[in-house]
Amino acid sequence: MAVANPSLETLVKQQLETVCDPEITTVSIIDLGMVERVVVENGKATVELLPTFLGCPALGIIKAQVERALKQIRELEEVEVKYITSPPWTSDRITEKGKEGLKEFGIAPPPAKLEEDGTWEVACPYCGSKQSTMENIFGPSACRSIHYCKNCRNPFEAMKPIATM
Amino acid sequence: MKPQYKEEVIELLYQLADDDLLVSYRGSEWLGLVPHIEEDVAYSSITQNTMGHANIYYSLLEELGEGKVDDLAHLRPAGERKNAIILEEKNGPGHWLYGEPRYDWAFTVVRNYFYEAIKKRKIDSLKQSSYEPLRQVAVKIDTEIPYHLMHWRTWFEQLVRAGGEAEERMKAAVARVWEDIGGVLSLGPNEEKIVEAGLIESEAVLKERFLEDINKKFTELGLKMPGEPGMKKGDGRAGFHTEDLEEALAQLSEVYALNPAVPW
Repeated sequence: MAVANPSLETLVKQQLETVCDPEITTVSIIDLGMVERVVVENGKATVELLPTFLGCPALGIIKAQVERALKQIRELEEVEVKYITSPPWTSDRITEKGKEGLKEFGIAPPPAKLEEDGTWEVACPYCGSKQSTMENIFGPSACRSIHYCKNCRNPFEAMKPIATM
Repeated sequence: MKPQYKEEVIELLYQLADDDLLVSYRGSEWLGLVPHIEEDVAYSSITQNTMGHANIYYSLLEELGEGKVDDLAHLRPAGERKNAIILEEKNGPGHWLYGEPRYDWAFTVVRNYFYEAIKKRKIDSLKQSSYEPLRQVAVKIDTEIPYHLMHWRTWFEQLVRAGGEAEERMKAAVARVWEDIGGVLSLGPNEEKIVEAGLIESEAVLKERFLEDINKKFTELGLKMPGEPGMKKGDGRAGFHTEDLEEALAQLSEVYALNPAVPW
């Protein structure tokens, strides 16, 4: 019979806290809202992850990092990490701690709501001013856009809002 | 899953996967050649996302026993491909690597705008599909589409409104793409069975919605509606293709065909 092992599950979650997106090293995948399910049963850990963007090239790296992190737990005999698409990852899954981590990295957290014309307003992660312009809705990775703060005159990035329609 | 049903699922998945693969391959050829650097950032992002959509469709095929994702993307010969012909066509004369590329930006904007507009209508329909894995994937893809659609719509509007040579080139590109855009709407020779299986709504329904979108935009911009979407070069879903597809496949699978174990 399958017996849940709460202490081992806690260990697994602790290890998951150490895994980050390789390009945003201040936010764990848990705080990014990528971890949907963790099951530990009979010495096997199964982790279900949600891709932020389907074409994100970091997905493979993150999966390998999760496997590596969990293999350090001696009590585990087997580790399975897989991506699932349902529920879809949306940007409101990022935790408060995650939002702080993003700011620390110079990335404004995704805005909670969009204006009617599809644009949005973000606060500069450095000075907090909302006096900014969007330079490019696309950015150095699929999940980010490029902005410029008119107040402190720094370029910055913001996480794109992603929501189900 | 009943064998007949599975067959229809597989057929539709190949159409969706091959469409996204080819349109994003052509997109990747523009890297470093687009009109300005901000566009390079944007278009390569869109291309990467779209390649990700192809990947997820191929992975659904893998789950159905069709073979490995990478094999499906790289190794199937042109005759087995199900993509619409308009998506395989070259960006223009020349080559990004072997010769001076003289790619056609108007053609690229129009092709991508129409493609994303149809894709949006298809995805909306797939969100109600009878095949649950496809339904789930459609919900996810739908979260990414608004960015793509907005991007190409903006280019389309601005170049048409610019007047002069830009407007003339855009009109010529609309005429050219329209002749074969019907291939993207096509569900192929097995349309009836695919629709009966509840996988997606019919071509007629999808076409009507697409025309509604385009009509609205064309009216706004003072453009003349070009009539029925054509399929002049043939139906890619039925295995008809051009030399451009052979060229694209040879290029995109060159390294994989040489040695599939080569890491990227």
